[in-house]
Amino acid sequence: MSRPFLAALALGLSFVSGGLISGGVATAQPASQLRIGLREDPDIMDPTLARTFVGRIVFASLCDKLFDINEKLEIVPQLATGYSWEDPKTLRITLRPGVKFHDGEPMDAEAVRYSLNRHLTMQGSFRRSEIGTIDAIEVVDPLTVRIRLKTPSSPFVSQLTDRAGMIVSPKAAEAAGREFGARPICAGPYRFVERVAQDRIVVEKFADYWDAGRIHINRISYLPIPDSSVRVANLQSGALDIVEIAPSDLPAVKSNRRLRTALREDLGYQSIIYNVGNGPRADTPFGRDPRVRTAFELAIDRDALNQVVFEGLMVPTAQPVPPGSPFHDPSYKPEPRDVARAQALLKQAGVTLPVVVEMTVPTNPELRQAAEVIQAMVKEAGFELRIATMEFASSLQAAQRGEFQTYLSAWSGRPDPDGNTWAFLHSRGAQNDGKSANPEVDRLLDAAREETDTAKRRALYAQVWAIALRQDRVRAYLWHREIIMGYAARVTDFSLLPDGIIRPQGIRLN
Amino acid sequence: MGIWLLRRLGQIVPTLLILSVLIFGLQQLMPGDPALILAGEERGDPQVLAEIRAELMLDRPLWQQYLAWLGRVLTGDFGFSWRIRMPVAQLILEKLPVTLQLGLMAFVIAVLIGVPLGIVSAVWKDKPVDWAANGVALAGISTPNFWLGIMLILLFSVQLGWLPPSGYVSIFEDPWQSLATTIMPAFVLGNSIAGVLMRHTRAAMLTALSQDYVRTARAKGLTERMVVVKHALRNALIPVVTLGTIELGRLLAGAVLTEQIFTIPGFGKLIVDAVFNRDYPVVQGVVMATALIFVLLSLLADLLYMAINPRLRAP
Repeated sequence: MSRPFLAALALGLSFVSGGLISGGVATAQPASQLRIGLREDPDIMDPTLARTFVGRIVFASLCDKLFDINEKLEIVPQLATGYSWEDPKTLRITLRPGVKFHDGEPMDAEAVRYSLNRHLTMQGSFRRSEIGTIDAIEVVDPLTVRIRLKTPSSPFVSQLTDRAGMIVSPKAAEAAGREFGARPICAGPYRFVERVAQDRIVVEKFADYWDAGRIHINRISYLPIPDSSVRVANLQSGALDIVEIAPSDLPAVKSNRRLRTALREDLGYQSIIYNVGNGPRADTPFGRDPRVRTAFELAIDRDALNQVVFEGLMVPTAQPVPPGSPFHDPSYKPEPRDVARAQALLKQAGVTLPVVVEMTVPTNPELRQAAEVIQAMVKEAGFELRIATMEFASSLQAAQRGEFQTYLSAWSGRPDPDGNTWAFLHSRGAQNDGKSANPEVDRLLDAAREETDTAKRRALYAQVWAIALRQDRVRAYLWHREIIMGYAARVTDFSLLPDGIIRPQGIRLN
Repeated sequence: MGIWLLRRLGQIVPTLLILSVLIFGLQQLMPGDPALILAGEERGDPQVLAEIRAELMLDRPLWQQYLAWLGRVLTGDFGFSWRIRMPVAQLILEKLPVTLQLGLMAFVIAVLIGVPLGIVSAVWKDKPVDWAANGVALAGISTPNFWLGIMLILLFSVQLGWLPPSGYVSIFEDPWQSLATTIMPAFVLGNSIAGVLMRHTRAAMLTALSQDYVRTARAKGLTERMVVVKHALRNALIPVVTLGTIELGRLLAGAVLTEQIFTIPGFGKLIVDAVFNRDYPVVQGVVMATALIFVLLSLLADLLYMAINPRLRAP
């Protein structure tokens, strides 16, 4: 058969495609295996050294954490049974009795001390900055741990809901050293079976799991598939059970009777970083004068942007904390687009028109589209936006070195607001690429870190927004991403949390 | 012959050495700090960045990095992938059979389509068959692989449900499933090469068919079939073999786009991911391995010449 004929046939059929699926021989699989499609291949599966988001999805089956979050972003116990503050700097954690690691070793206070120490001291640990405020870890009794902090920190416990709270088997970790990630031994519901790089990670049910009653599936395979249309094709053909899908694929998945969708707004945000103090590129009217940046932001219509690029699926925002968080300030809304005011501000600032601004955009079709929409919008106010598309790794370096004017940058988000703000807005923040500096913002961020009362903390953050964002205009927040999962109808009791992690607990396959 | 072979093998060493220097130099031209990309969202901690740089020797001068790498390679140690901490040699050995299988299948498909089409279009030059064959070749060369790939997935996986849309199963695990997972990508790859092979076969056949010995063969009263297959084709095959081995080499270097679409864990995917993640040891290892394959294939091409053309066998 010749190629054009086949191609024409394929094209023709794809136009007719309404989603009629036939479950062929190739897609038949054992009933109690769940297949999850990932956006990319995870990095090393060692909780201390891991750093990718997709890796966290796999960890959800391998490694339980001291605490977890629920759909309201509240902290709930997992390997721990609870915690209390003996004083603002001393945390007491009680542990669940009878928990075993995959190698049969007991999960006790000693193992917790070992794991936290490993996070703190191992060379190249990515957890140190998350829990670096730990001063000492004491074993009170086999089921109680006392953690002393250097300074009071209200975000601390929330750090233990992610990789920093994962407890590894000390015996296995000691034996494997830096190779632990090749065969991780933790206390999660599934144990590691095999990994073929860029192909699959397979885990199987751990019989002695402490919460075994909520585990209904024998095996899970995680398959990295970078191309989003191929991921969806796998879902449609029945070769995968759960995948993350792009907004543009949502209608096709929704119209398919054999598939279901779950949507959840995530913890992160998309923003525009302005270079206001990082090297010579900040030394322009745009970098020096907040009025020019105000004009720029006033020219952007977030709702229209959302409609055009994301079919209205994202959540437009003006602050780094998403609406689902108790620290979100509902009164701080995006300003409506106001081109007349933007033009007046530019006039007041006395700049020559058009104001030429460059925006660094990581290579990604959706971001590129968003940048083009912004380009058209700000043009009406008197800006000439030049889009510099750059491969992601290069854009990171350019941002850190100050080789940018504005940078379209995303953050995956943390449950505690500190994780979405301090490092980016504090003058000493390591990811403050625009090098904004305002002592009052620093003071407020530090105070919010120590404050434990939710309402008071929210008020402190509201002041940060007012100063850093509305007055200084060091960043513009555009939208919170909506996580969209597509899954087969035979998957039931699947719940999606705002962190986008697929938790195997409770999921059933029919 | 023995000396000739030895000399050819001896040339491989300097070739690879020069190449290794080139790769090292080129990597420095790539923008983007490996430590920064390795740290990912955790790049906030300067101490971590410093530790990564120290561990990977990124804080040393380039020549020291190179010599350290060369020293390890000479003892057979290709180092560790910075990203997933697996030995590079193991990664290469894991991917090599995948790439070999896919490359060979694609090559067979390319030859099965390209060579016969080239022959018929030369024999029936300027006839409708010729035009049709040329049309096929042109379409094959100009259809983008990623588009054809997606179309095949939509047709055979989503619509008909005959084949798995992506992934790979080893031939030793389940030969049938292995065939099912590789047939579509092999077809996509094979088709883009079939056009090139067809054009070359056609040109070479046209030259051969106009030679005196072909006229002689016809004058002897041989059947047209004998003339074409025995006399013309055999001589026409020489340039086609050269081209074929080079194309095969390209296939084994990894079919970047096709592997990405069908999520085939072969060389192409390995190197693309490694470049994006600035995973230098993997980039170096894979490039060296593919260079070695290329050099060996061109040696094979020379040996094949001799098999086809006895005149070259003289010293």
